[in-house]
Formats: sequence, structure tokens, C-alpha cells
Amino acid sequence: MEVPILKQGHYLIASIQSALTDADLSQLREALIERVGRFRARGVIVDVTALDVMDSFAVRTLRDIAHMARLRGAETVIVGIQPEVAFAMVQLGLTLKGVSTALDLEEGLAFLNVQTQVRIDRGPGRLDRG
Amino acid sequence: MATKGKEAQSPLPDPQAQTESTAALLRELVAHLRQNRTQLREEWARRITRAQLLTAMTEEEIFAEATSVYDNYVEALETGTFEALQAYARNLSERIIPRGVETHEVVGIVLLLRDVLARSLFGKYHEDFDKLNRILDAYEPAANRIANTVAVGFVQERERIIRQQQEAIRELSTPVLQVRERLLILPIIGVIDPQRARQLTEQLLRAIRTNRAKVVVIDITGVAAMDSNVANHLVQTVEASRLLGATVIVTGLSPEIAQTLVTIGVDLSEMATVGDLQGGIEEAERLLGYKVLPLEDLTPKA
Repeated sequence: MEVPILKQGHYLIASIQSALTDADLSQLREALIERVGRFRARGVIVDVTALDVMDSFAVRTLRDIAHMARLRGAETVIVGIQPEVAFAMVQLGLTLKGVSTALDLEEGLAFLNVQTQVRIDRGPGRLDRG
Repeated sequence: MATKGKEAQSPLPDPQAQTESTAALLRELVAHLRQNRTQLREEWARRITRAQLLTAMTEEEIFAEATSVYDNYVEALETGTFEALQAYARNLSERIIPRGVETHEVVGIVLLLRDVLARSLFGKYHEDFDKLNRILDAYEPAANRIANTVAVGFVQERERIIRQQQEAIRELSTPVLQVRERLLILPIIGVIDPQRARQLTEQLLRAIRTNRAKVVVIDITGVAAMDSNVANHLVQTVEASRLLGATVIVTGLSPEIAQTLVTIGVDLSEMATVGDLQGGIEEAERLLGYKVLPLEDLTPKA
């Protein structure tokens, strides 16, 4: 199943809705990295709220997305990891080192706003002065 | 003749006939036990007192319990079903466990009853050795099963109580408290075993989500000792919290614990530590953007 990727301002939001196969995950990685360039995105949010299992391949793909996006100029944050999933992950030693995480989409957006210093309110430009 | 001899040698035991005769014997046995109820019961209670069992109970109580155990015992022998006895054993255990009755006492009194009854059977059938044998064949398996049922019932009840208490202690001992918006503290007191560490982590993760916490202060002032296992649990808790987007600050590492951790070489570099709980909360407030000021600084100067 293909994961929809939404563009929201300077950010890309990928919301995973169901368990993904390894191929789906790779496809998501490719699509995200390509779009970071196309939309000149400053941040990427991957929402995994709907996932109740996370295997090593999924964790590695998320880490790769974060690292690759950073190389292309965007900060990544993983949001919505369930408590049970988090617990299972640390027991398996899958800790997403070096990748930012946040509680949910709202927190993720707040985090990116701080990280990327995006100013939503634009001051008057030359054109406005007329 | 050979065939005739063989037949006489091994009269094929008809299983149904055998059960029937066992049932008949048990019926006879039960009638005997009913007839001598008063006398056997008194003998049993006397022997319990003499063996100094059930010292936590008065003589009247022992007699009263002995009576109902006796009746349940005979009933189990008669019906061959153990549900009623099981329920009674559980009920009895529930009443006597809080009074400090031990396992060996319960097993002891049931075995005493078995012996008292066996003796009375010896007395009754001592002239007919064959009959005595058959009666004992019927009696012994049933009696052993009864003893087993009562003992198991007692132990199960005890275990149930212990489990219940453990659960209560565990829940009491790991409160997750919110001290400010988005700031939780988790004071840990006592020994951390793997099971408690797991429960603690689960509770914390749930609390992080429901309170939408961004910072957690784990205070381990009350933890007496720490080994590499406990340290690893702590690291896992910190990691799992981070996956939910919360920062963890650990406070209250005693000099002994600090020394142990350095000596055994646990890597705590990923963990933010602050000396005491006050320092930890101050650090957390800083992370959250709070600033605590004395009141006079807030009143505008005239």
C-alpha cells in the first residue's frame, strides 16, 4: 500500500495507515527523499501512530529517511510511536539513535518550527510597499 | 485340563464389576464413618491438640472446624466429587491464613484424619483380613486424593494472597506524578527487579502519553543498590521515553551507586543526570522554558 505524502507549508507529512511491507517502506523512502528536493521542504514528519509493530527493517528505513533527508536539507521527526512499540523497540535494541522523535503530529510540527526557524508571519516586502 | 487350569488361575477381572464392588465398599465405609462420627471426630481433635497443630486457634474453634472438615471429607468419599471439598478448603484457607496457620499444619491435620480413620477401620475389620484389605484398597486412593485436594487448595489460596499483595505493593511503589504542565516526576524507592522495571517503564510510557509530557525526572534517591541489569533497565526506560518525544533526567545517584556504575563500566553517556531532585526539576523547568522568580522581582518597582 502506498503511503500518501502531504505537503504542508515547508513540511512533508507521511502518515502510515497500516502495516507496510519492506517494499512499501523502500518506496516511501524513495518518494520522500525525491519530494524533499522537489518541494524544497525544510522538514519531514513521519507519523507511525497506526503501527502496532515495528521490525528492524522499518526502524532502519526510518533512520535512513532521517539521515538522507538531512543530507538534502530537511530535518526529520518521527511522531506517534505507541508506548508498547517503544518498549518493544528498546528491548530489541532498536533505538533510532540520532533521529528526532515527538509524541504526535502537533508536537512534531512544534518541534520542526523551532528547529528550522521558519517564520510563518512574513514581514512587508518590497512589492507590498508599492 | 490346561484350559481349565488357566481359567482358574486368572479370572479375568471385569472392570465394571470391580468399580461396582469399590463403590459398595466405599458405601460401607461411609456408613461406618457416619455411625462413629462423634467418636472419631473427638479422637481427631484430640490428636490435633496433642500434636500441637493449629496453635493459633482455640480448642472450640479446632473442634468446630474439625467437624466441618470431617463432614466434607465423608461427603467427598461418598460422592467421589471433590468440588465441594475444594471450595470448602479454599474458604477455610481464607479464614485461617490471616491467623498465621502454616502449610505443614494444614497438611498435618489432614494426614492425622486419614490415620484416625484408617485406625478405626483396622479396629472394625481386624478379624477379616481380606475384607480389611479390600476396604483399604478403596479407602486409600480416595483419602490421598482428599489430602492432596485440601493441601493444594491451601497453597493456592496462599499464593493468591501473596500475588495480590505483591500487586498492591508494586502499584503503590511506582507513582508517576505531574508537577507542572508537561513535566512528570517518577520517584523510585526500593529494589528494582526485572519485573518491576518492566512495569515501571510501561507505566511511565503510558503517563507520558496521557499527560503529553515533554520532560520526565526519574529520582532514584530511594534505590539502595544498582547493578548492571538495573542500569540497563534505566537506560532502556530513557530510550523508550525518548521515542515518545520526552527527555529524561535522572537524579539522586548516591556516591555508592556512582562508584558502582563507574567500576562495572555501564555506559550512561546517553543519560542526562543531575545531582538531586531539586536540581533535576530546575533543569526540567529550564528545558520547558519556565523561570521561577521570587515575588518581589515581579512587583513593579515604584
